[in-house]
Amino acid sequence: MYLLNRAQRHTVNSTWMIISLLLVAFLPFLLFIGLYLKSVLLLHDYSLGDLIFSKTWKPSSGKFGFYPFIVGSIWVTVVAMLITAPVCLLTAIYVTQYTKKYFLRIMHPAIDILAGIPSVVYGLWGILVIVPFISRYLGPWLGIRTMGYSILAAAFVLSIMIIPFVLNILIEIFRSIPTELKEAALSLGATQWQTIKHVLVKKALPGIIAAFGFGLARAFGETMAVLMVVGNVVRLPKSVFDPGYTLPALIANNYGEMLSIPKYDSALMFAALLLLAVSLFFNLVMHFFIVRYNKF
Amino acid sequence: MTRAQKIEERFFKLLMILATYFILAILAVIIYSIFEKGIKSISWEMLTQVPQGGYYYGKGGGILNAILGSLALAFGATALAFIIGLPVALYLNVFLIRHKKVISIIRFLLDLVWGIPSIVYGAFGFSLMIFFGLQTSLLAGILTVTLFILPIMIRSMDEILCTVPIGLQEAAYSLGSNKSEIAFKIFTRQSVSGIITAVLLSFGRGIGDAAAVLFTAGYTDHLPNGLLEPVATLPLSIFFQLSSPVPEVQNRAYASALVLTLIILIVSLFSRGLGKRYHKTKINF
Repeated sequence: MYLLNRAQRHTVNSTWMIISLLLVAFLPFLLFIGLYLKSVLLLHDYSLGDLIFSKTWKPSSGKFGFYPFIVGSIWVTVVAMLITAPVCLLTAIYVTQYTKKYFLRIMHPAIDILAGIPSVVYGLWGILVIVPFISRYLGPWLGIRTMGYSILAAAFVLSIMIIPFVLNILIEIFRSIPTELKEAALSLGATQWQTIKHVLVKKALPGIIAAFGFGLARAFGETMAVLMVVGNVVRLPKSVFDPGYTLPALIANNYGEMLSIPKYDSALMFAALLLLAVSLFFNLVMHFFIVRYNKF
Repeated sequence: MTRAQKIEERFFKLLMILATYFILAILAVIIYSIFEKGIKSISWEMLTQVPQGGYYYGKGGGILNAILGSLALAFGATALAFIIGLPVALYLNVFLIRHKKVISIIRFLLDLVWGIPSIVYGAFGFSLMIFFGLQTSLLAGILTVTLFILPIMIRSMDEILCTVPIGLQEAAYSLGSNKSEIAFKIFTRQSVSGIITAVLLSFGRGIGDAAAVLFTAGYTDHLPNGLLEPVATLPLSIFFQLSSPVPEVQNRAYASALVLTLIILIVSLFSRGLGKRYHKTKINF
């Protein structure tokens, strides 16, 4: 029935397992080394500080300043987190503390669907709904002239995209807090809101920070949806109604022409390396927050 | 309780309710606007034909190339990720079960990899492609998307496999099984539903992602015909059609978005349904 005997099958299976495991375990290092080797051409000619803080982006004349893209990415990410953070925190508290069990059973599929919608579809929705809303209603209402394609539009679409991600972590965290803690506070005469404010949130704080950090890292690297609504103008944005440009959008927009200009491909790989570094850094730091949270 | 405290509690409770219904309302608005725009422009022709001459100026044709291309790419990548991912998840939970430190390091690495944005995988896949002298092709796309969905698949299988009770493992040892038999014959059978969910989740991620295939899969108006040929994908076809100034072509982008959303909704429905069905093979403790 089998080609090999039991011992041989065991050897084949466990060898394959170990090979797979090594591949996966070295993946982050492989990514880092691969992108570094590609961008070393650029790093050889320019210093790291120059690349990050110089403001001119003219690949055809050899000027690679990533500052506008980095600033654009930070704007979009921070504004998105300002929307996502309170919404997720309030919702997570509401569904874990105030509602009956069945409500979570409605919320979970809703969160799953939000998480499953592809980023291009989010981008399309942004173009259909958010961009016209900003240019036709919000802008004129505030007395600002705007195209609609702006930091704000990108941040709003992005904030919706990371809600399922952050909310899932927060719900898990609030559910893992032992009930005794809550009962103790209530028995001392605290109201439900006082218990939440002074006991639950305080206990969950490292976890909450970690959830926001993971969300931030995710938002920083989001490409297609942001690319479609952010406006893609290489300029330092002055307000959220200005168009901007982000690092992932830079890579995605220029892949076609990157082999025609010298060092251009190297510059785009450097942008990818920056994204990788930011993502790894945030995830590393937040991981330690989670570890600390679990120790309590 | 003073009046001020009462007002504070009421105020925050109101905010919480608003936040919760805001999320549900946004979901409804997204689904509604995709369906409303998409249904108007979807047609049988779009689903069954490849782009004809002048398609991108509003002439006849459809997106069959992108639908089939996306399915081929996502199937290939999911299969490959499964072949690599399942052994890793099993290895963690059977072979390394006594080495908690090693397990937690590997889980940590997987979480790190999970967080890496897909555009970085795209760029990495592109440099690999150049390195091996490959053209943009279905194969390059599959390899890139595999790397991207691998951590998702392993972590979600791991979540299920780590709930298999240790007693089951000990019972199998006492009957003379070796480790790989326990892994492939007992753990997989015990967790079939979770494994299917993990596979379908990864499939959904793979089919919906555009940034990873942008560099590597290329784009073509023909049906996919071979691993080394470029292939069209749905997310990219939406993106390209949307950036056209011609209204008819933009309408087709809406229809394509509807198709992609429907595929993903169906996959996620299936994963819920199948998960329930395979509970029978499970030994309950």
